[in-house]
Amino acid sequence: MAREITNREVIGPTLREISADWSADQEVFRHTHWGKAMMWIFLLSDTFIFSCFLTGYMTMRASAVLPWPNTAEVFALNIGGQDIPLVLIAIMTFALISSSGTMAMAVNFGYRRDRRKTATLMLLTALFGLTFLSMQAFEWSKLIFEEGVRPWYNPMGAPQFGASFFMITGFHGLHVTCGVILLLIIASKVARGHYDRTGDYSAVEIAGLYWHFVDLVWVFIFAFFYLW
Amino acid sequence: MATTLADDLRPLHHPHSWVTKYVWSQDHKVIAIQYSCTAIGIGLVALVLSALMRLQLGFPGAFPAIQPDNYLQFVSMHGMIMVVYLLTALLLGGFGNYLIPLMIGARDMVFPFVNMLSYWFYLLSVIVLVAGFFVPGGPTGAGWTLYPPQAISEGTPGHQWGIVTMLVSLAIFVAAFTMGGLNYVTTVLQARTRGMTLMRMPLSVWGIFTASVMGLLAFPALFVAAIMMLFDHLAGTSFFMPTMQSMGAITPTQGGSPLLFQHLFWFFGHPEVYIVALPAFGIVSDLISVHARRNIFGYRMMVWAIVIIGALSFLVWAHHMYVSGMNPYFGFFFATSTLIIAIPTAIKVYNWLLTLWRGDIHLRVPMLFAIAFIFTFIHGGLSGLFLGNVSVDVPLSDTFFVVAHFHMVMGVSPILVIFGAIYHWYPKIFGRMWNDSLGKMHFWITFIGVYAIFLPMHYLGILGVPRRYYALGQADFIPPSVHLANEWISIAALIVFCAQGLFFYNMIWSLFRGPKADPNPWGAASLEWQTPDTPPAHGNWGPHLPTVYRWAYDYSVPGAPRDFIPQTEPREPEPRA
Repeated sequence: MAREITNREVIGPTLREISADWSADQEVFRHTHWGKAMMWIFLLSDTFIFSCFLTGYMTMRASAVLPWPNTAEVFALNIGGQDIPLVLIAIMTFALISSSGTMAMAVNFGYRRDRRKTATLMLLTALFGLTFLSMQAFEWSKLIFEEGVRPWYNPMGAPQFGASFFMITGFHGLHVTCGVILLLIIASKVARGHYDRTGDYSAVEIAGLYWHFVDLVWVFIFAFFYLW
Repeated sequence: MATTLADDLRPLHHPHSWVTKYVWSQDHKVIAIQYSCTAIGIGLVALVLSALMRLQLGFPGAFPAIQPDNYLQFVSMHGMIMVVYLLTALLLGGFGNYLIPLMIGARDMVFPFVNMLSYWFYLLSVIVLVAGFFVPGGPTGAGWTLYPPQAISEGTPGHQWGIVTMLVSLAIFVAAFTMGGLNYVTTVLQARTRGMTLMRMPLSVWGIFTASVMGLLAFPALFVAAIMMLFDHLAGTSFFMPTMQSMGAITPTQGGSPLLFQHLFWFFGHPEVYIVALPAFGIVSDLISVHARRNIFGYRMMVWAIVIIGALSFLVWAHHMYVSGMNPYFGFFFATSTLIIAIPTAIKVYNWLLTLWRGDIHLRVPMLFAIAFIFTFIHGGLSGLFLGNVSVDVPLSDTFFVVAHFHMVMGVSPILVIFGAIYHWYPKIFGRMWNDSLGKMHFWITFIGVYAIFLPMHYLGILGVPRRYYALGQADFIPPSVHLANEWISIAALIVFCAQGLFFYNMIWSLFRGPKADPNPWGAASLEWQTPDTPPAHGNWGPHLPTVYRWAYDYSVPGAPRDFIPQTEPREPEPRA
């Protein structure tokens, strides 16, 4: 017979329990790998970096003296004689979100100590990341060579458009690149059985945390830059 | 899992050679000393710069080698070095590194390798910063706030390369701090020893911990501002650059917002004040409690005051921008939040005073510095109340009143605490005692000297003497007494400058010749004084981690055999023992 699930298990620890945890002499984040705690704190800090970038971008956009280009037109692809707005970016976003799915599965198999599946899924995640990056490179080159947009100049209006586009997507792309490298390193360690020997697959989850964060940031960039 | 570390020595990186022990060291104590020496070294550069500025201001025209451009460069580099590269690095990288693991009973930081990287990135940022002195055009002269457009426009000294080295150095510093700060925060949260609850931690750790959290949230704004200004300067973007007429020509930049930089800068800049102040608050609480032989008054309130000050300091940044042309309604909000900070700050000051009240005060050198801090901090805090009000701030903006205020509150005050802290922990760090008479001489000259320097500056500021001016010239509103006051200030500053030699002589001489120190010379109750070795060995605690049974402030407990009870002493005889 299935055990009855209490209310408390659904809503998680109460405030009193949290405060008891925090005021105990135990670790504040109980049974949490130190690296994982540190990654969470780092991501909080990184959130502030992206928030500053995006807030700065919104301020500039609000106060730009020249008109802001229509992103639906700028980021359209001509497929079969028809301009389809935001199609490339939609595919890029899809690839990145999918990679979060494969990453979550990799973490799951990591905890089950399934070496092969974990490594394969991480490789797949890295591949999605690479797809994203190469499509971003395509988008950049289209913008630079076909539209003539430069960081300091924009034929379609406000120069801040190009500047903030290259800066923000570039900074995010740098994060994705670091993530891909991290995933590849961890995946090869998984494949070689390193974590089986140490008995600790936490590195997979820590890399996963970072990767999910990079995806989440992209959702905000997508919303604030492309959809606005 | 690393959480089972407790008594396990294996995860520690054991040094095998001189190089891994003292150069590429992963031991938090060695890293702390590396951080401190580098910070003090670059701080000395800033000290020399301030002496040069005072020479110019006190005796205008007497030193033709100091040109107006040089003067502005000295101002800018002095400010940035003192705030970021000396105070932040010394209090968090130096004291944070040394004290956190020892005070909470850990063997090291949670990630020693990252901790080591943090120091080397910091060193790199200092090297890039110093390189600014040697690039064509010299270092930036834009003021430590680096406001664009002027920071990267023609006519400002160092606008070609000096500003680039400055911004790159800041970006590297932020990376270095992030690596260190992550370690400090995670160590405090996760690696406390048995019995060391958060509410048993010494206030030093609370101050450093809160400041590290704040640093992780505030430095991103500086990082972003630095990156954007680098783009503006090197790639010709218009983030912060409006259309301007520069040297008779219209600039190609268009539509940027200089105010945006100010918002980003002060979103970092104001928390930065408290990133420097909170560790000092924490450390001074411990010094006062130990040397007054009394428990700290209102420990819980002290902790909450630290946390509340930390949180509020993110909501006050635009009080630096009352005259910037932002929406005047902001002024109302930011003046209100600024004055609210006075409440937790006042709680702290009262609690320091109440700790001293009827205490068994030992006027040793560290205590002298701690008490001096209370003076200068109250003083600087009160002038802050003037500047926090929009209507009073507007006429006082950019005068020497502001200079006097922030030097008292965040220059002199933390420095006095740092001196006190060095005298206080020196016996533990190096196992030797310093010379008491030299220490007292150093203290009295420094303490009286800073008043001789900064009190007259308030007067100059109220007269309307502007800051950052190379020379005052002949203006009607400047009475001759101003020049006399400036001479007086400069002479006092040079005396204080020279007196620091006493400190360095004392420290270096004692390192080799000082008498061997007792493991716990002050009779302190906190954990770092209970280490089995002095100085603490690698791994800090020998084979077993200490167990903590009480808070760090059991002084003069009635009925106790000694006038302090170490944190490691059980409350009752242990049932199992």
